[in-house]
Formats: sequence, C-alpha cells, structure tokens
Amino acid sequence: MFLSVFFFLTGKLREMLPLHINQKLRKKEMGEENKVTLYGMWASPFVRRVKIALKIKGIPYEYVEEDLRNKSQFLLQYNPVHKKVPVLVHNGNPIAESLIILEYINETWKNGPKILPEDPFERAKVRFWADFLQQQFLDSLRSATKSSGEAHEKAMKDVFEKLTVFEEGTEGFFPNGTPHFEGENLGFLDIVLCSLFGSHKVGEEALAMKIIDPERHPLIHSWVTAMNELPVVKETLPPHDKMVSFIQSLRGNSLD
Amino acid sequence: MGEEVKLFRSWSSPFALRIVWALEIKGIEYEAVFEDLSNKSPLLLQYNPVHKKIPILVHNGRPIVESFVILEYIDETWKQAPLLPEDPYERAMARFWAKFCEDKVLISIWSAFIKQGKEQEEAMVAATENLKFLEKEMKGKKFFGGERIGYVDLTLGWLANLGSIFEEIVGLKIVDEEKFPLLYSWMQDFAEAPIIRDNWPPRDKMIVKFQALLDAAIASSSSSSSSSK
Repeated sequence: MFLSVFFFLTGKLREMLPLHINQKLRKKEMGEENKVTLYGMWASPFVRRVKIALKIKGIPYEYVEEDLRNKSQFLLQYNPVHKKVPVLVHNGNPIAESLIILEYINETWKNGPKILPEDPFERAKVRFWADFLQQQFLDSLRSATKSSGEAHEKAMKDVFEKLTVFEEGTEGFFPNGTPHFEGENLGFLDIVLCSLFGSHKVGEEALAMKIIDPERHPLIHSWVTAMNELPVVKETLPPHDKMVSFIQSLRGNSLD
Repeated sequence: MGEEVKLFRSWSSPFALRIVWALEIKGIEYEAVFEDLSNKSPLLLQYNPVHKKIPILVHNGRPIVESFVILEYIDETWKQAPLLPEDPYERAMARFWAKFCEDKVLISIWSAFIKQGKEQEEAMVAATENLKFLEKEMKGKKFFGGERIGYVDLTLGWLANLGSIFEEIVGLKIVDEEKFPLLYSWMQDFAEAPIIRDNWPPRDKMIVKFQALLDAAIASSSSSSSSSK
C-alpha cells in the first residue's frame, strides 16, 4: 500500500530513491516480482527435473517452449554461455544448469517439501550420486541411441555396469529397503533418477530392448516404478508416442 | 568436541589442493594423508570404491568424495569464512561459474597443453572463448568471490600455478596479459595470497611431472597411424 503511493511519483522524484527500492518498484510495475519463467523443450529430461521441482514446491510459473533449432532471443540473452535449456528466470534473474536450478529452488522457496536433506553428510551423499548419474550415463545413452550392432552393445554394456554400481551404492537409502514416497516428497536424487530412467519404458519401446530390468537392477526398477505412480511425475511425463517417435528419429538420423 | 578431519590427497593433484585451501581458509585442523596414486592404499579404495580417486575428506570416520561435493560439505559444516555467498541467486551464479571453469575452461586449457597439431589449435580457440566469459565476469572484482577468495576462485585456482608451468614447458601463453588483463591480475593476486602461496606443490617437481605427461602424449600420438603429418 505504501509502495502504491510511489507509483504516482514523477520520474525525477523516483530517481532520488535508493537504487534497490527503485528496482523493486520497476519489477512490481512490470509484474516481474516473484515471476517465474521456465524456458524448456518438451522432450528434455533436464527441463523435466525443473518442472518436477517447481510442482513439488507448488510454485506457479510460465513455461516457454523453445525450438532448439531456432533459439529465441530471450534464451540467447539469458544463457549466453551455453545457449541451452532449461533456464529458470526469477525476478528477471536467469539461472542455467538443471542441478543448479534445483539447488536454487530449494534455497529460495523455503515452504513445502525440502528437495535436499538438511544434514550436510546426507546432502553430500545425494549430491555425489546425482553427479554420478549426471556424469556417467549421458554419453553411453546417447551413443546407444545413435548406434547399432557392436557399438550399440558396447554402449549398453557400459550403461548396465554403471547401473549396477548405482544399485549397489544406494542400497541402504530406503529404511525398509523398498522405495516409498510420502505424498510428492521427491528429493534431489529421486528427481535426477526419474528424469534419466523414469521413462525407461519409452526408451525400451523405441530401441526394442530392456534398459531397467527388474531382475538385473531390482532396486532401481522398484525405485522408478514407485516414482512413476506419483501425480507430479505423471503430469510431467512427455506424451508416450511422441517420445518414442522422437527417440526413433534421433536414432534414424544417425544410422543413415 | 572430538572432530577428526582427514584429507586423502596426492602431492600434485589440483583437485585435492582446492580442499587444502578450503580447510586452511576456514582454519580447520586436519591430517593430510598423501597417496601414491600408482599404488593406492586399501583405505583409499575403501573410502572411495566408486571412483578410487582423491581427494577424499574423512570427517569423524565418514568419507565425502568429489571436490565440489567436498567444498559444499565443508562450507555447510564449518560456518566461519564462508566460501559461497549467502544470497541464493549469488550462490547459483557461483555454482554456475565453478561448473563452467571445470567443464569448459579446464578441459580446453588441458587440451591446449597436451594435444598437438590441429586438435591443439582448436583447443586454444575454445580456451580463448571460454576465458573471454571469465574476463567479463571479473569486472569490478578482485576475486571471483569479491573481496575475499571464494568457491569459484578455489575451483579455478589451479590456473594460477599451472598456467605458468604450461607456458614454461610448451611456450603457450594461455592468459595473455593484454587480452585478459583482469584474469591476469587475478592469477597474481590469487597465487600471492598467503594460504595459497604456502601450499603450492614444488615447482621443479611439477615441471618434471607435466613434461613427462606431455612427452608420453606426443609419443602415443605419433605412433598412432591416424595422426596427420
């Protein structure tokens, strides 16, 4: 209410206000205060992570779909270094890199479920395994999607070996041994796992092979299955058939 | 309180050095365990079974690995002399630039040093582009962290030492004072900060080590039939 008085101030008087109040006024006028915009692409698992986090926290946001073959001026302005999605823009400030965005969301919106554990050691464990998922699989999964025959076999062998490391390393993470989620309480590591392997059935259909085998990797399988039951996960799942075609086209373009 | 802090490191690893700096900046007492990476101890393998690497921080018997994860753990556990800013947006920016330094700057500069011919030229181009972003980021600041050394400085700190070592070995000027004046002065300021200066590995040993790495790389690239010329 006090602020609304200032809307009527002339330009000169406004200039005399401290800079941060001036900026706050401008943002309020532009409707930018607390405005959240997510620049993304429908098939990107990295963008999906941010969507899941925003939903868990109940944060309203505007979504902007980017055509990555024809990137918007906004995207290039907000992420000049990498020119990639996702980019989260909050109060006019852009944040890039999906895991960094997740940490930002956790630290900025204190209400609702915590995305990272409070205890520093537990956090370190979660960050370690999220980093493992992020670093160890992308190259092999890409390679497997785009190759056939021996190259494909080799890439998938690498994926399976690393899945086993993950399976064994996260063995003690659930109290009863079985993954179970209260409400929509997905955490940092759950979100990353879900984004990479949650829609494994889509990849399996597109590539005609098993990626997450319940016999080989029972923990991971039951983990993603439990997550896939949650509304927040279902709501952020890209359309099945569209995804299958998309993966097949990625593959088709490379095998020509 | 009975705090037990151990750092598994090697004499030369720049990744472990980040943790040394962080512990020293915060005034945390710790025991350094030097590993011979050609002959890893059972303890190292037990504490880091996934990657089998250093650095490993062991705090009250519990291991934390991966230098970025360790730095965040240290900052969250010991609150004095913070490495990351308090504001969430500033923290996000620090994490962004640290990742950029690791994924892009380090990789391109390493390639510019270790590779030959066309690959080396391409790496230099990439390194220059990456450094331009950093130069811009340094405007108006003494360190990336502001007045004090922070998270990003610790991440990029290896450059303040290895930059001149690479230059001495291959005559490659990576951070040209004219092209990158702010980065150049950052390197001087960082290298001369007491905690940093007192912890550099011995320079002559470093030159021997990196010359050997380069010789091995040259030998293996000229013996492979696919290299040009």
